[in-house]
Amino acid sequence: MNKFDVISTRAHRIDTPDKATGQAMFTDDLCRPGQLYGVLLQSPHPHARILSIDTSKAVNLPGVKSVITHEQAGYIKYGVSPARYDETVFAIDKVRYVGDEIAAVAAVSLDIALKALSLIKVKYELLPAVFTVEDATKKGAPQLHENSPGNLCAEVHQEFGDVAAALKTCDIIKTSTMKNKRQDGAFIEMQGCLAEFDNRGLLTLVSSTQVPHYVQRTVAMVLGMDVGKVRVKKPYVGAGFGIKAAACPMELACCILARETKKPVKMNFTREQVFMYSRARHQFTHTITTGAKKDGTLMAIKHECCLDGGAYTSFGIATVYYTGSLLGGPYKIANMSYDGKRVYNNKPACGAQRGHGAVIARALFEQQMDMIAEEIGMDPMELRIKNMMDTGDTTCNDLNMSSFGMSECIEAVRIGSNWDKKKGNMPRGKGIGMACGFFVSGAGYPIYRSDTYHGTVIIKLTEDGGTALVYTASAEIGQGSDTAFAMIAAEALGIPLDNVRLASGDTDMGVDLGAYSSRQTLMTGHAVKQAADHAKTQVLEVLAEQLLVPLEKLDIKKGFIEFAGDTPDFSALRTRYIKEHRGWIDNPDSKKLTFKEASRIAFLEKGSIVGTGKYKPHNLGGKFKGAAVGTSPAYGCSAQVAEVTVDMETGQVTIDNITDAHDCGKAINLTAVEGQMEGSVSMGIGEAMHEEVIFNDKGQVLNNDLAEYKIVTSVDMPRVKTIVVESCEPNGPYGAKEVGEGAIMPTIPAILNAVYNATGVRINELPLTPERVFFAIQDYKAKMAK
Amino acid sequence: MKKIIRLTINNQSHEIAVEPNLTLADMLRYQLALTGTKKGCDTGDCGACTVIMDGNAVNSCLVLAVQANGSVIETIEGLTTAEGLAPLQEAFVEKGAIQCGFCSPGMILSAKNLLDKNPNPSEQEIREGISGNLCRCTGYQKIFEAIESQSS
Ligand code: FES
Ligand code: FES
Repeated sequence: MNKFDVISTRAHRIDTPDKATGQAMFTDDLCRPGQLYGVLLQSPHPHARILSIDTSKAVNLPGVKSVITHEQAGYIKYGVSPARYDETVFAIDKVRYVGDEIAAVAAVSLDIALKALSLIKVKYELLPAVFTVEDATKKGAPQLHENSPGNLCAEVHQEFGDVAAALKTCDIIKTSTMKNKRQDGAFIEMQGCLAEFDNRGLLTLVSSTQVPHYVQRTVAMVLGMDVGKVRVKKPYVGAGFGIKAAACPMELACCILARETKKPVKMNFTREQVFMYSRARHQFTHTITTGAKKDGTLMAIKHECCLDGGAYTSFGIATVYYTGSLLGGPYKIANMSYDGKRVYNNKPACGAQRGHGAVIARALFEQQMDMIAEEIGMDPMELRIKNMMDTGDTTCNDLNMSSFGMSECIEAVRIGSNWDKKKGNMPRGKGIGMACGFFVSGAGYPIYRSDTYHGTVIIKLTEDGGTALVYTASAEIGQGSDTAFAMIAAEALGIPLDNVRLASGDTDMGVDLGAYSSRQTLMTGHAVKQAADHAKTQVLEVLAEQLLVPLEKLDIKKGFIEFAGDTPDFSALRTRYIKEHRGWIDNPDSKKLTFKEASRIAFLEKGSIVGTGKYKPHNLGGKFKGAAVGTSPAYGCSAQVAEVTVDMETGQVTIDNITDAHDCGKAINLTAVEGQMEGSVSMGIGEAMHEEVIFNDKGQVLNNDLAEYKIVTSVDMPRVKTIVVESCEPNGPYGAKEVGEGAIMPTIPAILNAVYNATGVRINELPLTPERVFFAIQDYKAKMAK
Repeated sequence: MKKIIRLTINNQSHEIAVEPNLTLADMLRYQLALTGTKKGCDTGDCGACTVIMDGNAVNSCLVLAVQANGSVIETIEGLTTAEGLAPLQEAFVEKGAIQCGFCSPGMILSAKNLLDKNPNPSEQEIREGISGNLCRCTGYQKIFEAIESQSS
């Protein structure tokens, strides 16, 4: 029996009827009277000094309202992490990648704006460019940034325990290297924005962002405005996956154009510009050494990684830390070292993408788990369970697993995939593989150093009674957060979901750090619950007074007031309510007092009933440098089994099916949880099988469209069996935690382990194109023949 | 030079002056405010701009408005009836086939066109029927379920 009335169900999402009918508004669907169209001038060169910019012809083109360069935009540096600000809105003395922004134009039509762009004359002195980690770190390589010698953007060295000593005690040591390719977010809605000043100097920026709060702060800083005079609103957003989780130069340029022209200005990226701007998953090269005893006990991990970062830091400093810190679980490992570095070069900057920093490290390490299992003749699942952390355990780098259904997930996929029957009994060319993974439920700390609450929520009960309005600055970008919060509010207030309305994504509604690091369900969810409890208590206090019943005896359930023990005579209240509503058709005649009556009476006594809620995590993590990154109030975890068919002659890999189990704590909405799991799997399959942003030797993206950059289509996607495993997370609202990113962790290694099982070949580089697999099989055959 | 075109959109006849290089997608979105038709690429690769033109699902970003002269067009706005959401739209809501929703109008129209032509499609036919509509959010599972639930 479900002890909940609203959460833990398959309630329909509150936003999807409007999305199904085309009524839901996204940024480019909005228009303002008299709006101008803005466009960006971007560098055609990967590395060049700017000698001069002549905008005179463009300015004089009829219909052009403003042309801006760094002269209008200024010299203020911004970025993601304040200690690492290394970008300006427009390039000042040099450009560092093909796409670096140089100028922007606003005109009465898009055609005129584009015409004006072609009239801007920029003189460049071309500089030698570097496109790979190897070239960028060579002696004498051209330097991208003045104070980053050797093009080293960041480096991290950490050791927990004593790795060298532990490795000496090991019976089995596996070392291997793995490399992925730069990915693209490939969300279907391209970035867009619309900025406008009113006549009192308030700037409103409407943008397809995941993080209205951070965009608000960045815009205020760069434009030199009070934060209170900048309002950022996010309409519906066509997903982001991490790429839209920071202020982008187009948003800033758009605000400056609006300031210069005193007109609303709209700007959009083209698909080509989405690729040019990038900020998606890095290319990682990992080398990991894992040591174990012959009984399978894991002893130590030595982890080295290099990140191909692109021209700017963006999220990179967090990425390089996450890459190391999220390898500490889900197994008990006392000794772990990490040496990571991120290198600049003349490609677009990489940033955060689903499973931030941790996906490829996990892909390599989970293969080594299988290698160890094979060597000692143990089932891969058994090896994992043997080493699995228990609920309450802490990793050697101080990540606490306050709830942890990892073993249950393994058990679920073992049964769900029929593992015991299949493993070891598949013909050549067919394979089965599994892997595990985990991820944070929200970053323990904000991106800028601050004691800020991570989320605040206001719930107001409508004055007529009956409806709760939830206001949150959090960001619904497709993941279903609006619905989750409406459900939490309804549950906590004790009313049906239908009686909750919700507005989100507006910085005027409070502070919310936004949709990244899988934080909203846990963090914003807490604040929602607290606000709902607060509003409910105020209603019940009035009732207690009016009916002379102790507060503890009162509750609200399914929209009715529940009395512990005898129901007092509430007819006076009901009469009072009905008297005010002469002619209304919905006057209550139920045996029970309704929430509607109660909240109306509460309003009559106290004025508007407003509940407030807030959340910030307790102090998390250790004292070492970088300890903050990877800490979280909770961790979601998952296990997956992949089954594949490999054509041994052509190298073609087909994924036959995936079985996926995820521990999301308490599932607020089961359908939405499954949706996140399935979406994660599809993105993981894309990265494993097809996705690779390809550059030419001039630093231009060759496959800058969705025809040549191949994301998973309906034809490629295997059927996925999703199994929701629920634990109770003590730090989560109703026990809930993340699902949006943890679910991608096991996908790639499960596929790689299955390919190995099918072919006997380990493939160390993604994606698994037929050529790559074919040559790997050939090499293997040649080796076996010797 | 603008050209006058006549066409029927969602059972309503229109006479519109359009530039010769205006796409059908842009005409629908920016001249008629039928913004339910989305654009995810403008190059015919994503399917977000799918509309039904003379009985076939087309990428409206690849069709010039002048080419649509005399056609019968159905956009997502035309699916809803006086009773509310069409059963296929209901199915997308009920099965959880919509996340960010940016692909959904195009996806739903491709699915409708498939079901109109083939009321009882096999799994493979469903996959092929929507293969021109990219969805980055859902992994397609619940979209398959929604379409399967509407096959007769
Ligand atoms: S916008 Fe027409 S196919 Fe993408
Ligand atoms: S629901 Fe987001 S692209 Fe399909």
